[in-house]
Amino acid sequence: MGLRGPKETLIRYFLFACAVTSIVILLLIVVFLFREGLPLFQEYGLGEFISGKYWYPTAEPPDFGILPLFLGSLWVTVGALLIAVPLGVGAAIYIAEVAPPQVRDLLKSLAELLAGIPSVVYGFFALVLVVPWVKDFFDLPIGKTALAASMILGVMALPTIISVAEDALTAVPKSFREASLALGATKWQTIRRVTVPAALSGISTAVILGAGRAVGETMTVLMVSGMSPIIPRTFLQPVRPMTATIAAEIGEAVWGGVHYHALFAIGIALFLFSFAINLIADWISQRYREVE
Amino acid sequence: MMSDTAAMETPPPMVETIIKVEDLNFYYGSFQALRHIPLEIPKTRVTAIIGPSGCGKSTFLKVLNRMFEIIPGARAEGKVLFWGRNILSREVDPVDLRRQIGMVFQKPNPFPKSIFENVAYGLRVNGKTSNLKERVEWALRRAALWDEVKDNLHRSAFELSGGQQQRLCIARALAVEPQVLLMDEPCSALDPLATAKIEDLIDQLKREYTVVIVTHNMQQAARVSDFAAVFLTGGELVEYDETKKIFENPKDKRVEDYITGKFG
Ligand SMILES: Nc1ncnc2c1ncn2[C@@H]1O[C@H](COP(=O)(O)OP(=O)(O)O)[C@@H](O)[C@H]1O
Ligand SMILES: [Mg+2]
Repeated sequence: MGLRGPKETLIRYFLFACAVTSIVILLLIVVFLFREGLPLFQEYGLGEFISGKYWYPTAEPPDFGILPLFLGSLWVTVGALLIAVPLGVGAAIYIAEVAPPQVRDLLKSLAELLAGIPSVVYGFFALVLVVPWVKDFFDLPIGKTALAASMILGVMALPTIISVAEDALTAVPKSFREASLALGATKWQTIRRVTVPAALSGISTAVILGAGRAVGETMTVLMVSGMSPIIPRTFLQPVRPMTATIAAEIGEAVWGGVHYHALFAIGIALFLFSFAINLIADWISQRYREVE
Repeated sequence: MMSDTAAMETPPPMVETIIKVEDLNFYYGSFQALRHIPLEIPKTRVTAIIGPSGCGKSTFLKVLNRMFEIIPGARAEGKVLFWGRNILSREVDPVDLRRQIGMVFQKPNPFPKSIFENVAYGLRVNGKTSNLKERVEWALRRAALWDEVKDNLHRSAFELSGGQQQRLCIARALAVEPQVLLMDEPCSALDPLATAKIEDLIDQLKREYTVVIVTHNMQQAARVSDFAAVFLTGGELVEYDETKKIFENPKDKRVEDYITGKFG
């Protein structure tokens, strides 16, 4: 004990230092984001920024309306979830509750493999296959649309949703399933009425993490979303999501200029958007935990 | 084998038989957990399954409602006749069977739902949703829990004490109106007071239900059961008789040793 004492204290301080350092770095990034973004509003109205319908950063005078970009992000995220949630949760239920052990292991490693593919490869794949398909199938002038971006983002969100939802389902105690079956419930009734509800907070976390993946994804949407800063009316129009806008324009914006500040202001909006998504996730899991 | 001869002498109980087990063998993969079990379970009586840990008591219960089927590699051979019909046959739907033969587990396992929804669960999955409130109240009354929970039906079942949770599990099983109630050491996780309440309840229930209770507590078996089947290590049934006779005058030396605590 006497020998271990000082060593343990040292390790504790070291770990504490690691934790503090990480948090400080993260805080500094947030501070930097606000420091570089907020000056926009000395030259450009906050109201115009939020509700402006036009994003023409190099026009004279420039327009910095974030609405089309924000809606672009929102549409592709919602579209991605419409695809990824039913598929991903369904796959998780199959893997956790139905699949025989060998099939389960195979599917789990496939999902992991899917997670390991770099996003530029997804983008490339979407450009070569998804975009032409969307163009032909809907008979459009261009295939780079919110739909094409949603489809590929949905696929990219799948591994996260599958693995988190599958963990949540697997963590449901066996005794709940046994109790349900012993009461004369079928396997399907047990899944629907006991296992999935018991795993619901974990499943909603999975969905939110998937949404986070879709919101933050940059490279793929840059390649397939079409990049038109218009307010989308249908999924068959091109969009210009916030992430892709920053990536596309940061190179040409003058350091410290209005455009530069405007791009950081988009960064703030993105940050708040993700933050809101996380709050919703917490709220949902809280709500479902009440009964437990 | 000696145990076989002992088992063959199984006296027919003097009441109607509801479940008749014939030459039951049970395997977990290649491991044989039950050997040549014959047993006649009398209707509306309490039958205790006793024996040392690992002798196959829980396994035997799981055969009676076919819950063993959810264990990969588990397999039953022989006959289990429920009102004369072999429930091990493929034609019997285990889902239907489990609505007639309910089960209470060793550790209370309420769902993460409200007290009301726990009891209503079996009714909902059975489509018996008319008069749901009345049925839930009836089941809670049958399980001697109503007075304690009637003002908190929408509180989480997890807020109840262990003994209350176990009675809730009994209410949940009764709500489906089974004929038989299987109980696997239902008091092993409970304190003496909660245990006494469950034992009283079992005494009430046997007027209408057939109860098969596993216990490794000899006093409990003596208190609550009318008949007792003694299993011994290796998955054999060595003696089956009225509980009184088993405790006062066991025929098999090994049963005597077990009951007097020299073994197991
Ligand atoms: N799921 C299982 N897989 C393999 N063997 C099992 C399983 N469950 C129980 N067994 C074995 O079967 C025997 C009987 O177990 P069990 O019926 O649980 O005994 P008891 O309830 O009398 O303590 C034990 O040897 C046990 O190890
Ligand atoms: Mg047991």
